[in-house]
Order: sequence, then C-alpha cells, then structure tokens
Amino acid sequence: MDNLTVEAIELTRLYGGRAAVSDVSFHLAKGQVLGFLGPNGAGKSTTMKMLTGNLAPSAGSVKICGIDMMEHPKEAKALIGYLPEMRPLYKEFTVDEYLTIAARLHKVSSKHIKKAVESAKERCGLTHMSKRLIENLSNGYQQRVGIAQAIIHNPMVVILDEPTVGLDPIQIRDIRALIKEIGQEHSVIVSTHILPEVEMVCDHVQIIDKGKLVFNGGIDVLKRQRVGNKLVLGFKNPPSESALLQIPGIAEVEQVEGMIRVRFTESSMPHEAIVETSVREGWGLYQIAPDQTSLEDVFVQLTYQEAVPVEEKAA
Amino acid sequence: MVISIARKELKSMFASPMGWIILALLMFAFGTYYLNGVNNYFEVMSGSIRPAERYGVTQFVGQTVYGVASFIMLFAVPLLSMRLISEERRSQTMPFLISAPLSLTEIVVGKFLGLVLFLGILILYIALMLSTLNIWSDIDFGYIIANSVGLFLLVASFSALGLYFSSLTSQPIVAGILSFIALFVLMILDRFFAGDPTNVLSQLSLMKHFQSFAGGLIDTADISYFALFIITFLTLTIRRLDADRLRG
Repeated sequence: MDNLTVEAIELTRLYGGRAAVSDVSFHLAKGQVLGFLGPNGAGKSTTMKMLTGNLAPSAGSVKICGIDMMEHPKEAKALIGYLPEMRPLYKEFTVDEYLTIAARLHKVSSKHIKKAVESAKERCGLTHMSKRLIENLSNGYQQRVGIAQAIIHNPMVVILDEPTVGLDPIQIRDIRALIKEIGQEHSVIVSTHILPEVEMVCDHVQIIDKGKLVFNGGIDVLKRQRVGNKLVLGFKNPPSESALLQIPGIAEVEQVEGMIRVRFTESSMPHEAIVETSVREGWGLYQIAPDQTSLEDVFVQLTYQEAVPVEEKAA
Repeated sequence: MVISIARKELKSMFASPMGWIILALLMFAFGTYYLNGVNNYFEVMSGSIRPAERYGVTQFVGQTVYGVASFIMLFAVPLLSMRLISEERRSQTMPFLISAPLSLTEIVVGKFLGLVLFLGILILYIALMLSTLNIWSDIDFGYIIANSVGLFLLVASFSALGLYFSSLTSQPIVAGILSFIALFVLMILDRFFAGDPTNVLSQLSLMKHFQSFAGGLIDTADISYFALFIITFLTLTIRRLDADRLRG
C-alpha cells in the first residue's frame, strides 16, 4: 500500500446544489500514468483542482503519498506538480526568471535552483529560449514553460490538465515522450480529450461523465471492453462475405469505402487465419489493421448513451 | 517563504518600466516640494517677527514634504495595490501560487510585504533627501524618524486595504477605484466630525492617527491602531481567498 501516490476517496464537489463531481474514488501507484477522459464539463478539471488543493471538496478526501490534503496541505502540495488548464504564466518574466521563481516557491534549496531550472528546461526543450520573455513565446513554447514549471521540483505526482493543447505534432510527440519518461519514476495524471493520446501514454484510464466515474481500469481493459473487436482488411480481389464468414472467429463483415471491416468474437484471434486463407485463395491481401476508431467507440458508448437523444432534440 | 513571494512581487514591479517610472515620478514630486520648502523658509521666517512664530527648518520643510507625501500616497498606493491579486485572478495565475507548498497567509503577507518594501524605498529616499539639510544646518533627526515611521505605517495600512479590495474582484481598475474611495473616506473621516472630536467614528480616521507622527511624536496608541488596521485587512484578504477555495 505504501506504493500509492494518489488516493482520492469519494470526492464530491457541489456547485450550488448541483454535483459537478460526485463520489469519485481512485488510486494511483508509483510509476503509473493515468489518463483522465471525459466530454466537456464532465468534471475533469474540477477533480484535478481538488487533487491539487485548489478547490476544497464538499465531501471525501485526497491523500498524496499518504498525506491528507485537507489536514497537511503544505506537505501534500510539495509533492505535486500541477499544470492547470489555463497556463499560470507571468508573462512579464523571462523563462529563466519564471522557472527560478517556481523553483523557489516549491522549496528547491537555493543551491540546487540553478540545476533544477537547467534540467527542467532541457527536459522540455526550452534551453535556447532561456532569455526570452514568456510573453513573446509562441503558444507551444508557453505550454512547455507551463510543463517545465510543473516538474521543476521533481514532484512525486505530476498533474497535467490538457498538456498537449495548442502544440504542433512534433511538440506533441516530445511532450508525450516526456510524460512517459516522468511516468517511469513518478506518477502522472493527464487529462485530455484526444483519445489516441491516452492509448499512447497511459497505462490507466478513467472516464468521467457528468461528474461520475464511468470507467476505471487499465488501458488494455478498455480496449477489451469494446463490443466485438474489429479489423480493417484491404483486398485486391475482394472475396464474398460468406467466404470471409467461414474463417473461424469472424462474426460480421461489412463493406467500408473499398475496405472490408470484420468483427470477430471475443477471445478469438482470426488474423493469422485471414492471412493464410487470403494467400491460399489469392485474394491479394494488402492491408490488415485493427480498426482505429475503436477507442472512440468505447468512449461514445460509455459517455453519450443518454446524451444522444437530447442532442437530436436540440438539432 | 513569505520572502520568496515578496521577492516575486518586487521583481514583477521592476520587470517593466512601470516600477521605475512610478518611483521616479513620485520622487520628482517630493523633490519639488522639498525645493519649494527650502526656498520659502527664509521668506516666511523673515516675515515672522515674534520668536514664538519661528520654527526650525526640519519642521518647516518636513511638514511640506510629508504632508504632500501622505496625500500623493493616497493616489499611488491604490494604483500599485490594485494589481496584486486581481491581476493574478484575471490572468489565471492564482493556481500557480495556491498549488505551491504555501499557506494562504504566506501568500497574502508576502504580497503585502512586497508592496510595502517597494513603497519603503520611497520613504527611505524622502528621509535621505531631508537629511541633506544637515549639510547647511543642524536638523532634528527625531522629527524625520517619527515622520518616516508614521508615513511607513500609513502607507502599509493603505496597502493592506488595497490588497483586500484587490482580492474582491478580477478587474484591477475596479479594485483601484474602490480602494481609492475607501481610503479617501478614511482619510477625511475626522473632518466630518470636526465639531465633535470625541466621536468614535472620527477615531477611525487614518489622518487623525498620522497627525501625532507628523508632529514628531511616536505614540504607541497610534502604532497599535495602524497595526490593527493592517492585521484586519490582511485577515480579511486571507479569508476571501480561502472562500475561493471552499466555494469555487
């Protein structure tokens, strides 16, 4: 149990009687990356604010490495690095000045401040921006400064609220690599609405909708959760549907934009059989890939089930 | 940790030309009055025939400079204090401070200290400027010290009140105007009760308590008034910020 870095116990937050977050419980162990998913207004940011002590929960409690956030806020906050949704940057400072202040406020000893600033800049790719005013940096670089600020004191838990918003693809890749790197030694909580991102960087996923936790588990569990696994196949000489259905494990076949999408039953792995049959029958298989939209399907299934009729009405 | 916040505030004042310009302009104003005071001294003193009407150059010049300083601070402090918290709210940088391992008290006291130190530079300069009179005459340093202490306490009280109003809104201008009005009322409150000096409300006037310092007297009663005033508004600010955390 002493491996746990974050424990949230029945967190509830009421806004004027309406529950923005209700009864959210989870825990996170050292070396895990937790992805926090949910539609807009689901309560992702509210939960993160409660975890970092920016907002007091109406009920429930938060423990960081066993230290209660309510009772010992200073000790608990010292273990957290937090990047809120809106970057908290003082734009009149240069990158170096800002990071030095961040280090000092997070009680990095004065001997190590310089080193901490250097290493944070290096990890976020900011070394050549040291003397620039934050105001003059591009959106993506400002975001990097925000992340640098969150990791400067080498915290046990890093909480990033939508860290990849506004970055270009290369930067996103760098940041993801960085999150993974941090996740090896510490715990990371990332909120996002980009699904592939979750698949790439997280080992654990939580989906929150209307303030309630609707899914909590490993990323592989989430992948398995989708109803029927799907493959997208491309053939030069497409076989008939019935021919495909004869391959053991395949439950359904449908045509999509010149491709064929097949759904196979749980626990069967028909991939090899498909390739073998294709070679034998001369179908000219040129593509076989898992269906990319699968995670989105799960997400929609979990969150929009009730919302859909309402949306139709509005339209 | 309070020091770190104060340093951050000072740094941000001097990060833009704003801080320097304000210091320069205010010192220019004080310097002008100092010069006028020195110029007028002989004129006025040669006009007063009876020895009882004559008084020292320290008091004559000091009165002019400290009088105008307390009045100018009434405008300057709201302008400087209005940004302290409302600007952080507006640019959403408050979480940066709140998620750092600091208590709200440390944040508020640090910000207060940062502003007071900045204004302290001015008070120190005024004292130094008046001390230059010592080159030509033998001046009353006690008078300057009492006035400096008084002005410092007055300015600190202004800052505490300004900080509180800054925590109420996310619009710096609104905070500035509100604190200016509140300070103005508190300054001239004793004028309203000129006919009845024993009235409790007139005792609340900031100017009334500054008066004894202006006369060269350091009175513990006035010191405690200013200390209480500062503590009250700092506590209110802390409570206001805590309410944000609790109510969102």
